[in-house]
Amino acid sequence: MSRGTVADTSVEALVKREYQAGFVTDIESDTLPPGLDESVIRFISQKKHEPEWLTDWRLEAYRRWLDMPHPRWAHVDFPDIDFQAISYYSAPRSSGDGPKSLDEVDPELLRTYEKLGIPLHEQEVLAGVVKDRAPGDAAGIIAGDGSAGGDRALESAPTGEAAEDAGAEGRSPNVAVDAVFDSVSIATTFKDKLRDAGVIFCSISEAVQEHPELVRQYLGSVVPAGDNFFAALNSAVYSDGSFVYVPEGVRCPMELSTYFRINAQNTGQFERTLIIAEKGAYVSYLEGCTAPMRDENQLHAAVVELIAHEDAEIKYSTVQNWYPGDAEGRGGIYNFVTKRGACLGDRAKISWTQVETGSAITWKYPSVVLRGNDSIGEFYSVALTNNRQQADTGTKMIHLGRNTRSTIISKGISAGRSNNSYRGLVRTTPTAHGARNYTQCDSLLIGTECGAHTFPYIENRCATATIEHEATTSKVSDEQLFLCQQRGIDPEKAVSMIVNGFCKEVFRELPMEFAVEAGKLLEVSLEGSVG
Amino acid sequence: MKIIEINNLHVNVEGKPILRGVNLGIAPGEVHAIMGPNGSGKSTLANVLAGRPGYEIVDGELVFLGQDVAAMEPEERAQSGLFLAFQYPVEIPGVSNMEFLKGALDSLRAAREEPPLSTVEFMKRVRALAARLDLNPEFLKRGVNEGFSGGEKKRNEILQMLLLEPRLAVLDETDSGLDIDALQVVARGVNDYRDGLTAAGEMLDPGQVERAVLLITHYQRLLDHIVPDFVHVLTGGRIVESGDRTLALKLEEQGYAWLAS
Ligand SMILES: Nc1ncnc2c1ncn2[C@@H]1O[C@H](COP(=O)(O)OP(=O)(O)OP(=O)(O)O)[C@@H](O)[C@H]1O
Ligand SMILES: [Mg+2]
Repeated sequence: MSRGTVADTSVEALVKREYQAGFVTDIESDTLPPGLDESVIRFISQKKHEPEWLTDWRLEAYRRWLDMPHPRWAHVDFPDIDFQAISYYSAPRSSGDGPKSLDEVDPELLRTYEKLGIPLHEQEVLAGVVKDRAPGDAAGIIAGDGSAGGDRALESAPTGEAAEDAGAEGRSPNVAVDAVFDSVSIATTFKDKLRDAGVIFCSISEAVQEHPELVRQYLGSVVPAGDNFFAALNSAVYSDGSFVYVPEGVRCPMELSTYFRINAQNTGQFERTLIIAEKGAYVSYLEGCTAPMRDENQLHAAVVELIAHEDAEIKYSTVQNWYPGDAEGRGGIYNFVTKRGACLGDRAKISWTQVETGSAITWKYPSVVLRGNDSIGEFYSVALTNNRQQADTGTKMIHLGRNTRSTIISKGISAGRSNNSYRGLVRTTPTAHGARNYTQCDSLLIGTECGAHTFPYIENRCATATIEHEATTSKVSDEQLFLCQQRGIDPEKAVSMIVNGFCKEVFRELPMEFAVEAGKLLEVSLEGSVG
Repeated sequence: MKIIEINNLHVNVEGKPILRGVNLGIAPGEVHAIMGPNGSGKSTLANVLAGRPGYEIVDGELVFLGQDVAAMEPEERAQSGLFLAFQYPVEIPGVSNMEFLKGALDSLRAAREEPPLSTVEFMKRVRALAARLDLNPEFLKRGVNEGFSGGEKKRNEILQMLLLEPRLAVLDETDSGLDIDALQVVARGVNDYRDGLTAAGEMLDPGQVERAVLLITHYQRLLDHIVPDFVHVLTGGRIVESGDRTLALKLEEQGYAWLAS
């Protein structure tokens, strides 16, 4: 009968999606059997030749964790986690005691990162990230900025030419990478170049050996071991992560980046990142994450601490693409993360930018404690959920100092049968004279079976503070899709164009190379969101 | 070969028959106008040509450039040269006009296995067209149709038509909501299109222009500016009367009552 009816291209039909980082690396590893008790913690600590104070610190965290109830307040739904069924340590057998020079890294591991678009050969880092992008994909997302960019945007092209140029000119590589595979760091690139500038960039295990005084001074200073359930667990069992120290007055000469990969089955990844910017220092840091497709859920409970002293600036960007589970919600990563920065000195600035597309459940609130006068906290977030994914994410801005300022821009995109919540706290204390916050919280719905929620908490105890909050909800409509199609644009491209437009303000905060990456990622994550 | 041939087209919307046997053929170079009372099915015809979901062809044929397009996706029809100027252009906030136009043009070119235009050439074309249509270049940076006045939206549709260079332009009440000056600008744009104006600003040789226009309108005054070769009256889902432009004048005077529906 309906011979001529066009296939249903309404925004409704949501089905499959492909996760491109879902392969497993076949490599021998040393993995602890599942289970958690003090001996596991001692094992990890010993394996890493840790000083006694650190072993004790871990054990203390463990004991506190034992007394803590599993938190349930987030707007996410999942069965109880059996913490005894998780293995707390897994390392590629070839990795020995820690990172070494690139020539010594198992080629299989190098290939893994290569496949993920993160080549660890120093010369190629940037070229590799940018090179294999199809033209026209993502550079336009930042370049084609409609409002502020103006003519720059128009002339400098929504076509990806910018990206091609960057590759072609072979611009000197400006990203150093620390690659963390399961529980250990396997390589850190550009160490020498960074050392010349006085910057320390290494795995946190290495930092414990080489710079114990710095680690001891700052570890747990922003996120105390007993801060919350998952932070306590992390403090007890964290296995590796990155460490960055930028000395006074130094502007870090390149982007720093850590790439986290979960490979082994039944393992949790508990990494710990510590970044310290001394007076007047500047550093931009990016983390990326992926995991293989597995049917069971895996736990990722990280802690990130940032310390910015007077006039220092830390820019921390995340492109999170953990395996999200399949269309029915089987498998995927539980991403339960505590991220917090402290602006200790006057005029310090901490900026979080996150693009969260992966994970079955994302539960994280990168926060800033604004202690120094005139210090600045920023949070730019894109959180995309599809299929059965759940995200409860946002930020906390704690204003203590005078004239402290914070900006929160949150873009939530829900497709499929997913649930996406923004949860944010803005608090001012009586000392925060003249503090200002601006929050903008936008939700975009694709289809009718998904949910978007906003939970803003405002605790203002300072009469001279100004707090502004704006929120919008919109939908990708069938009419919009049809307009795009009528102009020749296929529906998936159309949705990704609309979503990218929606995310513009956040993408422009990302370093150029990663904005391209992020746009690409959104497109992949939305695959199957229109049928 | 005709640009489009519509044979005995029956279309249901939500199970309800809206088009009940439409026949219409348009040859290259021709301008056809469709008039008819509100709710008679004019926009339905335009939408079904473009392949909008929800319009079910229960009988008949839709042949565009010799190819039965009834089962083709909307973007495939667009890629083969079918253009619809919407009666109510929708807004896409956040996506700048420029990105949108580039995305559309690149898709059409890719379908023809042509490389994307360089940004410089693209910008040149768009700017020139904007000037021709009296559109402030500022509009290129705004969201698609976002906050455009009714008239600006319609001129934007014409800009897209001239930029994308389709073979058939279906214009659904592109004249409604235009002031007198804008009406002339739009009419000039449509005439230019029919006469072979390319997006690069050149004129095709008269012998080479293989374009046609299907004009849906309520007002004869548009037809003073764009002179149609044929005028059809659609009522009750059928074309009940066809003639030359004098038919439009008669409708203007006498309304639709004298026509059997
Ligand atoms: N999506 C829809 N759902 C239900 N009915 C529809 C739909 N689209 C069109 N119709 C009905 O089909 C009939 C024809 O509508 P159409 O929009 O084609 O008329 P039109 O001739 O363009 O009218 P106008 O001159 O007012 O623009 C109307 O009765 C309308 O209510
Ligand atoms: Mg109509």
